[in-house]
Amino acid sequence: MYIEALILLSLIGAGVVFLAPNRYAGKLAFWLSLPPLLVSLYMYAIFDGSGNALLDGDIAFETFGEWLTLGQYAINYHVGVDGISLPLIVLTTVLVTLSILSAWTPIDDRQSQFYGLVLFLEASLIGVFAALDFILWFVFWEAVLIPMYFLIGIWGGPRRKYAAIKFFVYTNLASLVMFIGYLGLVFGLGDAVTSTGLPEVAQALRAGQLGALGPVGPEALAFVAFLAMFVGFAVKVPVVPVHTWLPDAHVEAPTPASVLLAGVLLKMGTYALLRFNFTMLPEQAIALAVPIATIAVISIIYGALLALAQSDLKRIVAYSSVSSMGYVILGLVAYTVYGVGGATFQMVAHGLISGLLFMTVGVIYNETHTRMVGDMSGLADKMPVTSGVFVAGAFAYMGLPLMAGFAAELFIFLGAFESTVLPGAVVFTAVAMFGIVVVAGYLLWAMQRSLFGPFRLETDYELSPAPLHDVVPLVTLVLLIVLLGTAPDVFFEMIRDATHPVLDFGGDL
Amino acid sequence: MELNNWLLLVPTGAFVLAALALFVIDSIDPDSTNGTLLSAVTTAGAVAAAMVSGGLLLSGAADPGVELFDGQLVVDGMSLIFTFIFGSVTALVALGSHDYIRELPHKAEYYLLVLLAATGMSLMASANSLAVVFVSLELASLPSYALVAYLKTNRGSVEAALKYFLIGALSSSILVYGISLVYASTGSLLLTDIAAEAGTAASDYPGVLGIGILMVAGGVAFKTASVPFHFWAPEAYEGAPAPVSAFLSSASKAAGFVVAFRVFVVAFPIGSVVASIDWVLLFQVLAVLTMTLGNFAAATQENVKRMLAYSSIGHAGYVLIGLAALTGVGGGTESIVLGAGMLHLLVYGFMNTGAFLFVALVERWEIGRTFEDYYGLAREAPIACVAMTVFMFSLAGLPVGGGFLSKYYLFAGAVGAGVWWLALIGAFNSVISLFYYSRVVKAMWIEEPSEPIEIERYPTALYAAIVIAAVVTVVLLPGLAVFDTAAFDAAAALL
Repeated sequence: MYIEALILLSLIGAGVVFLAPNRYAGKLAFWLSLPPLLVSLYMYAIFDGSGNALLDGDIAFETFGEWLTLGQYAINYHVGVDGISLPLIVLTTVLVTLSILSAWTPIDDRQSQFYGLVLFLEASLIGVFAALDFILWFVFWEAVLIPMYFLIGIWGGPRRKYAAIKFFVYTNLASLVMFIGYLGLVFGLGDAVTSTGLPEVAQALRAGQLGALGPVGPEALAFVAFLAMFVGFAVKVPVVPVHTWLPDAHVEAPTPASVLLAGVLLKMGTYALLRFNFTMLPEQAIALAVPIATIAVISIIYGALLALAQSDLKRIVAYSSVSSMGYVILGLVAYTVYGVGGATFQMVAHGLISGLLFMTVGVIYNETHTRMVGDMSGLADKMPVTSGVFVAGAFAYMGLPLMAGFAAELFIFLGAFESTVLPGAVVFTAVAMFGIVVVAGYLLWAMQRSLFGPFRLETDYELSPAPLHDVVPLVTLVLLIVLLGTAPDVFFEMIRDATHPVLDFGGDL
Repeated sequence: MELNNWLLLVPTGAFVLAALALFVIDSIDPDSTNGTLLSAVTTAGAVAAAMVSGGLLLSGAADPGVELFDGQLVVDGMSLIFTFIFGSVTALVALGSHDYIRELPHKAEYYLLVLLAATGMSLMASANSLAVVFVSLELASLPSYALVAYLKTNRGSVEAALKYFLIGALSSSILVYGISLVYASTGSLLLTDIAAEAGTAASDYPGVLGIGILMVAGGVAFKTASVPFHFWAPEAYEGAPAPVSAFLSSASKAAGFVVAFRVFVVAFPIGSVVASIDWVLLFQVLAVLTMTLGNFAAATQENVKRMLAYSSIGHAGYVLIGLAALTGVGGGTESIVLGAGMLHLLVYGFMNTGAFLFVALVERWEIGRTFEDYYGLAREAPIACVAMTVFMFSLAGLPVGGGFLSKYYLFAGAVGAGVWWLALIGAFNSVISLFYYSRVVKAMWIEEPSEPIEIERYPTALYAAIVIAAVVTVVLLPGLAVFDTAAFDAAAALL
């Protein structure tokens, strides 16, 4: 009921805004994004689910309907949320509303199409997090690509066409690989399952009912399927070495699209990794723990080093996303309560923080028309609020206590450190922690160069404080980040409740 | 014949009656310039055919198949599904043609030819003997040649029609010769009787029967625009008026497939004829060649209409999986692949017709046909471009329309039938196709035009046809549930 309302409200909003005249599209989109936001907050308030939606937990707001039948496999309309997906849905609705506000200034062409696509994106994202049947989930998963392709391709920077195509091709190929991997599992389960539903397949897999598929034995099939899905999702996350689409997409995307791309779209990858790879095939995940953790740590360090080498503010934030998502993978592969829970918490925290930083860079760009660190200094005097927010966002990124980033990274490090399934967990954790130092390095450098010191601007523009509709989203995000940092249980309690069953596969935790 | 049985012929009758009505209108007022009436009559007849066949299909009135006229015709689930496709496509084409041929002469003849071709196609769907197959195929083909040449002062149109006609005549003669060889070896033209004799014929006259079947396959390949008789398609679709291209590439192709499905599955059971020819292997080879050739050729085109023509060849390759995966693994899986072939043609009927009608709209605006001419169209015509985007992504198999599900059914069915390599090649082709379909999307939405596009009027009927096609394409994503059981049952009844 509620989930359908969320999706329908966003879709109707998208249609109305698409047909509205350009002049009113921005305001209309803002108002039309409020009903989904309120519904999702209400859902949070009355959430009564427990356990993991895939592992026989109590699914909240569940709807089930028969859709299609293909031989022995039913494809159903099945949606519902648990403590993992609800925080991400709330994150989506919050960020969509805020990014619409942040788009009022920079988007000055074809507004109705822009905001229509943003709301369509919202509907698809909610669907991704709520769907509990694979085919239904895949429909939403692919539907996300389409608005993002247009958002980058139409309103992006000078190399937008290249970036949009690269984004589209990369993620589509990845989807195909993942799709084949999952269907291999379904066919391998044979008569053990009667539908493509995620809960049914997950439970059958964990019960060890996977059979052979043609000449491929169950062990090999699980291994290959794990790899196929891992590769498919890793592109989305992204991790090194399949991250190269991300900086292109981010740098060319208009700021509000970057906010959603970093804030929510990247979480689709880690969310899917958790739901598919780490929930369905824990044995394979543990067998591959060392290579996966290595990839995670390389992403953390290499991403941070790449960010260090940039002089474009947006590129700095974009590469640092690669680094932050590495922490999520490290938390997942640790298979501890704090590791997996912290990884999920980091998805939300990073969504807010990276959204904040991208928005701040966008506001600075609106005024200065440059993103190069070297082109500006001393902005703090001219744009006090924006600069203050930038400092807050940077510190949140570095993991300043009492901010969301601190809580998330603390959980992940605690969890990774204690891991019993990851050989050499201590070494991996220690190296990953080093990433924080690099983050502090490049953020402090960028901040100090651009915000402080004597005022200087290479581009000839009069600076004025940012307008109210730019400041409101920034301040809201800072408040949310502090809220999650001081009271992580706002989300962490339900996250822990939902992630705990993932770890429960017979052996010791 | 009982009353109920006449009811089963209502869909075909609706096409015939609408055609006769046009005759009457044209005799009363031969110089009529009132296209609205003609278009409305055609659309109404086609909609009636589609509605009745859809109703009969979903009510199960014709299960498990009713033979008429001593078994010459059969009305069953499959014939009703295809008549539904022909009715829908004809209705969309007739609606869209209203604006396209507004200033052209011979309107009544145009609609009449469309209806007569549709009649022929609906008979092809029901044909239960090789004689009826041939007659109805000619009834569908002859009006098509004339329709392609409808723009008779246009060199391209006439050249295309000539090429289409010559290859059509050649393939008809191949088909009729093949039929004669099948008759010679089995002693019957009725599909069921052929099936009964096929085993004996395959051991007594393996060469005669084998060559006969091969030639029948050739005739079918022409109608479906599959390798090796595909090369007329790009010219014919490009030269023909765009609504006619829509009609040929959607309805005519489906008509070819319904004949192929019925003749090969019913008359030539693979278990009996495998001693003389293994047509499953033949269609496996043809499917791979057709989809790969179609997709690679489409990827290199600069002209949108021609790209769509090659993509239509590619889709014929996907549907051929429906025959190529009948590897004898058993009823359940086989009825899924064969039913999936029907479902794909159903979805294709809407998305491909819509795409060609969009081309018709752009031709009507005299903007041009190349990708470059499409630059920046979305600024001027956002709604039509949204529809075209839906068609393109659905054709590519992205889950914005029914095209995703029907392709998924085909590939999953192929995996189930043990020909996973066929599914893999299909999936690979699908990825390639995204490249050229997204070029259209990119041209419309992302590129900037070199000089501003000016659009003076927005033709209502053509717009309506495009929007309806787009809405149905999207609705068929969740709504394929309405048809899938019917299609699988229809396939199971055939096998």
